[in-house]
Amino acid sequence: MVEFALPKNSRVSDGKTWPAPAGARNVRRFRIYRWNPDDEANPRLDTYEVDLDACGPMVLDALIKIKNEIDPTLTFRRSCREGVCGSCAMNIDGTNSLACTKFIDEIKGDVKIYPLPHMPVVKDLVPDLNQAYAQYAVIEPWLKTTTPAPARERRQSPEDRARLDGLWECILCFCCTTSCPSYWWNGERYLGPAILLQAYRWLADSRDEAAGERLDALEDPFRLYRCHTILNCTRTCPKGLNPAKAIAEIKKLMIARRV
Amino acid sequence: MSLRSPFGRVKGLGAAHEGVHHWWAQRLSALALIPLTVWFVVSLVSLSGADYATVRAWMGSPVVAGLLILLIVTVFYHAALGLQVVIEDYVHTEATKIAALLAVKAAAAVLALSGVLAVLDVLFGA
Repeated sequence: MVEFALPKNSRVSDGKTWPAPAGARNVRRFRIYRWNPDDEANPRLDTYEVDLDACGPMVLDALIKIKNEIDPTLTFRRSCREGVCGSCAMNIDGTNSLACTKFIDEIKGDVKIYPLPHMPVVKDLVPDLNQAYAQYAVIEPWLKTTTPAPARERRQSPEDRARLDGLWECILCFCCTTSCPSYWWNGERYLGPAILLQAYRWLADSRDEAAGERLDALEDPFRLYRCHTILNCTRTCPKGLNPAKAIAEIKKLMIARRV
Repeated sequence: MSLRSPFGRVKGLGAAHEGVHHWWAQRLSALALIPLTVWFVVSLVSLSGADYATVRAWMGSPVVAGLLILLIVTVFYHAALGLQVVIEDYVHTEATKIAALLAVKAAAAVLALSGVLAVLDVLFGA
């Protein structure tokens, strides 16, 4: 059955508190999930008091400040710091988001930060995304054609190009996939919203000639039809995309080719 | 522990090439249940306070009996499809899952059949 409680060795205990420097006037508490594979300890929630007067406005700014100035052992992924790489996806204040595009002052009270939910944790805020990347490979995310390559580029009308809007912007941060209860319960078999949005990105591409094979590979009670339109994906997407709609479009194509 | 690659694990046994029918049947039965349920509730309300003979005479009409049979079959078909999804979502022990799926289908079949036979009994009975 579904596990509703965490196993004993995953229960989170209270960790260390790192007080703000004396004289700090604009102090915010960051409660951050810590887990180290190299010791035998359970995960813990460390509290860092950060002086916001000496910190950038984004949650990622605070994390970098903590790592640079307070506790260099804090581990997280980050790269572009402008919402295009998807590295710093994490659960902030109860919602999956990108630390680099989330303003600290959007959050009331303590800022609670956990890794993306229901993924194996590598360390602290770093989740293991190998399964999700493998699922991306399963949908064969590249242009497939039978028509030989033309002398120049494969052409696409502006209208057909517009059908890719809302799809190409996905940065594969997996905020949506890890917010989806269906993915939590059946992640080994259900592809999840991020991958299904990517699958639709190729189904919707007028230059692609493999729609039928793509639909064949998706037609499965688990790969596609575990989506029950819960809509956590759409609600949480830090890029404002709508994976639930993309999945609904795939389901419509499944019907369109048989009625 | 398994050293199988994530890609191998995710690809697994491949796509089952089904699921569309289940999904579509669930939508269509839901759609059919809207007018059938409205008709049934309105009929029951208009029959409130009626005596046994009146209700029996109402059920004895072929149109009413036909609609009742449609309602009963659709309700249990839709319920079986929906419960199947719930079980597939939440039950992960293979033996329990298969037993639960079979039990739901059997219960739906028995209940639907009993309901249909009851309607036919009223329609054709003395």
